[in-house]
Amino acid sequence: MLQVKNLQAQAEGKEILRGINLEVSAGEVHAIMGPNGSGKSTLARVLAGHPEYEVTGGTVLFEGRDLLEMEPDERAREGVFMAFQYPVEIAGVNNAYFLKAALNAKRKHHGQQELDAVEFMALIRERAKALDIEQGMLNRAVNEGFSGGEKKRNEIFQMALLEPKLAILDETDSGLDIDALKIVSHGVNALRSPDRATIVVTHYQRLLNYIVPDYVHVLSAGRIVKSGGKELALELEQKGYGWIEAA
Amino acid sequence: MSTSTETIEQLANREYKYGFFTDVESETIPKGLTEEVVRLISAKKEEPEWLLEWRLKAFRLWQTMKEPTWHNLRYEPIDYQDIAYYSAPKKKKVLNSLDEVDPEVKATFDKLGIPIEEQKMLSGVAVDAVFDSVSVATTFRERLAGVGIIFCSFSEAVREHPDLVKKYLGSVVPYTDNFFATLNSAVFSDGSFVYIPKGVRCPMELSTYFRINAKDTGQFERTLIIAEESSYVSYLEGCTAPMRDEHQLHAAVVELVALEDATIKYSTIQNWYPGDKNGKGGIYNFVTKRGVCAGNRSKITWTQVETGSAITWKYPSCILQGDHSIGEFYSVATTNNWQQADTGTKMIHMGKHTRSTIVSKGISAGQGQNTYRGLVRIGKNAAHARNYSQCDSMLIGDKCGAHTFPYLEIKNTSARVEHEASTSKIGEDQIFYCRQRGISTEDAVNMIVSGFCKEVFRELPMEFAVEAQKLLSVSLEGSVG
Repeated sequence: MLQVKNLQAQAEGKEILRGINLEVSAGEVHAIMGPNGSGKSTLARVLAGHPEYEVTGGTVLFEGRDLLEMEPDERAREGVFMAFQYPVEIAGVNNAYFLKAALNAKRKHHGQQELDAVEFMALIRERAKALDIEQGMLNRAVNEGFSGGEKKRNEIFQMALLEPKLAILDETDSGLDIDALKIVSHGVNALRSPDRATIVVTHYQRLLNYIVPDYVHVLSAGRIVKSGGKELALELEQKGYGWIEAA
Repeated sequence: MSTSTETIEQLANREYKYGFFTDVESETIPKGLTEEVVRLISAKKEEPEWLLEWRLKAFRLWQTMKEPTWHNLRYEPIDYQDIAYYSAPKKKKVLNSLDEVDPEVKATFDKLGIPIEEQKMLSGVAVDAVFDSVSVATTFRERLAGVGIIFCSFSEAVREHPDLVKKYLGSVVPYTDNFFATLNSAVFSDGSFVYIPKGVRCPMELSTYFRINAKDTGQFERTLIIAEESSYVSYLEGCTAPMRDEHQLHAAVVELVALEDATIKYSTIQNWYPGDKNGKGGIYNFVTKRGVCAGNRSKITWTQVETGSAITWKYPSCILQGDHSIGEFYSVATTNNWQQADTGTKMIHMGKHTRSTIVSKGISAGQGQNTYRGLVRIGKNAAHARNYSQCDSMLIGDKCGAHTFPYLEIKNTSARVEHEASTSKIGEDQIFYCRQRGISTEDAVNMIVSGFCKEVFRELPMEFAVEAQKLLSVSLEGSVG
């Protein structure tokens, strides 16, 4: 589904990614771990097309197509979803209205009929219930006045609604207490399916107790320095990142 | 950073779709302003002597006045002798019905989406259409007359209802008020007149649509609305003009009188030609709008969506005379490219337990400069007066500016006054967040801006809220991409 080859990227003239190689197939969950400043959030944002980063080399194929050629909104409509580390607040824009615009943009892109307000409300009520999201949250402005946990849950809710092919979670666990972590993980696990791939970017092993990855990659100074199975995460938990960086 | 800023600027480069010119045979008097011109306008309208005298008093005073400079606006000096003060489409005879409106003029309003044939009208909206200096059509008059409502052009009101005009003309905005209001008093040519009798709730929205068409012409209209005791009226004005390289002056006066228990809602969607993206051309909009809540529990609400004009200078105000009277001001002002706006309100609390609310949303894009200027004055007898003001500014791009000048004068210690202000930048992060969900940049900007303006839009009559939202998205088109 996703083939990243020798990907290099910089921001404000500073080189951050120095040649990333990564292959993700449908049905897999990959965890990207690494110390602060290793470039793991940058990788997530570059894949989503954040304008702050400039790709200076390498290629990314998504379902055989050149992902880097696509605008961020086109990537999203094609099925790339990123759950933000810091979800953005949009004052005065109703959460449900925002979701409807997003979903219909995607449906339109794929030649499907756009949902009207009634169909849409029925759909989000059903999805909200499945994810334990209160109705009230849908009627508030996008992320405005949400607690940290609510914001992350809202991200997962959007993901559930938009049903991406590739979901990228950018440090979704940061700032979550254990209860919120469980709810978020439950949401992610519920979406696991043979035709969907997930990339989980995280600093801590903790999240991986709940979202069990198929592969773990360790990033250091803009490169993947070690890859392995889920046991690699446990090893990191015990030894810290030092032993890999030193190696 | 660069991508969004560039695209933000692209969105600013929109086309003004009302910029066409109608080739209609007009009668325009030569440029220049003298006492003869004032007499000529009055004579053309076959006005009574008292009105001519009133105009002349204004004109003589105006000659001694200086253009104000306290505003936060920069523009080339206006040459008042280089403007024609009267222009009207020629007509063969007196109009007896709407069918006799010049087909070209009718076509113009059709093109603007303002059909002046009643069967085509939005249900529930009566329209007075003003083309350059004269009112060309007023719809639904008979139905309104059935409940005693007078809705007609100003000229007609002078002829048909001289006592009402004489009693209220200048009662809220005296001819001595300010440079532009005094100029208007001397040369005003037409406008709308509304009278709602005691106890009547106006059954439909009333609306005036102003169109400047002729070249080198100023538009100086006057609107007077009187709501008798316990009556209600909702009134909307809209305006457009052709694209021209020269600036054109628009100096209007609006006076509202709300008597005991009466409510007037006055909404404006101002979309005069804003000039091109280099700041060439555009309307200079210097307008004086004021209402008096003359009785107990009267209420006046001003709602404005200001997207047009090269220069906007207007402060729709409320004089809260009656006890428990209420004044409200809801405003969205956008300045894009080289547009400048200095706008706000004055809430003058005189009665006891008077309340006022001010919600101002300024949006600046391109090189636009947006100033909020508002005065809240609580007089010494205005016991228990309350005011709440909220001024929010949004910046799109990094070459525009937002400024806030709140003035408070409080002479009664029982007053409660709150002021909140904020400035935000339409963030690259917000736009990226929307795009990551599949929403295009343009839709994202519209969504973010509409969210920002929500508190104002919901005050507009429903028929126009959608139009206002569309207009706003057109006016910011090209400011992000």
